[in-house]
Amino acid sequence: MAVARMRSPLGRALGLGSAKEGVEHWWLQRITAVALVPLSLWFVIAIIRLVGADVDTVADWVGRPLPAILLVLLLIATFWHAALGLQVVIEDYVHAELTKLGLVIVVRLACFALAVAGIFAVLSMAVGMSS
Amino acid sequence: MRSADRPLSPHLQIYRWQLTSVLSILHRAAGVALSAGAVLLVWWLVAAASGPDAYDGVADFLGSRFGQLLLFGWTLSLFYHLCNGIRHLVWDTVHGLDLKSTYVGGWLVVGATGVLTLIAWIAGISSWTS
Repeated sequence: MAVARMRSPLGRALGLGSAKEGVEHWWLQRITAVALVPLSLWFVIAIIRLVGADVDTVADWVGRPLPAILLVLLLIATFWHAALGLQVVIEDYVHAELTKLGLVIVVRLACFALAVAGIFAVLSMAVGMSS
Repeated sequence: MRSADRPLSPHLQIYRWQLTSVLSILHRAAGVALSAGAVLLVWWLVAAASGPDAYDGVADFLGSRFGQLLLFGWTLSLFYHLCNGIRHLVWDTVHGLDLKSTYVGGWLVVGATGVLTLIAWIAGISSWTS
């Protein structure tokens, strides 16, 4: 193909394209999506059984090994997936360069902070740090 | 011409909507809604870790009319984004990209979203009342 011949051998080997990041963004969006299929279904079923539960019941459930592990995985996959998805939305609709850059940074940091907050809350209930 | 003055495509005033494009924009809208819902998830977890007072605050909010509306929107968005996301993953394998399949898959997603949301709320309400 003519297109393939336009690229240098090094460019083809690296496969990074003009954006210099290759398919990393696309690929991570898919990996987190695949992870979220079972995790979010599990979460909905788990949450339905906790409807109307008091704080002790909830904290006790969250702190058990399997729910704690799955919740941490859910938080990581959710906020990673959200950061990637929201970035694409921003890049599609915000055309002012500085605003776009600022929003992408804010979204990234917020997703990271929220994931850390959620994971810390889960872990504190798992090791009995909560009041 | 400044980029802001350029006409954008599609021209929404004269655009004839189809199932495929509606589902496409809804996938994005649901994704944004779920991002907001994820904040609620963290608030719930942090409150549960903080103790009864903080947890009662979240529980009262989620139990209110507005909270229930948010939770219903969250459930609907989750199941829609989940089902349509699976449709996207199938497309990524270069299957089902012909016109007929995109419509069949689209209606399947709409149906599955409705059924799953209904099941979740019936189960949730029966869990609440038991």
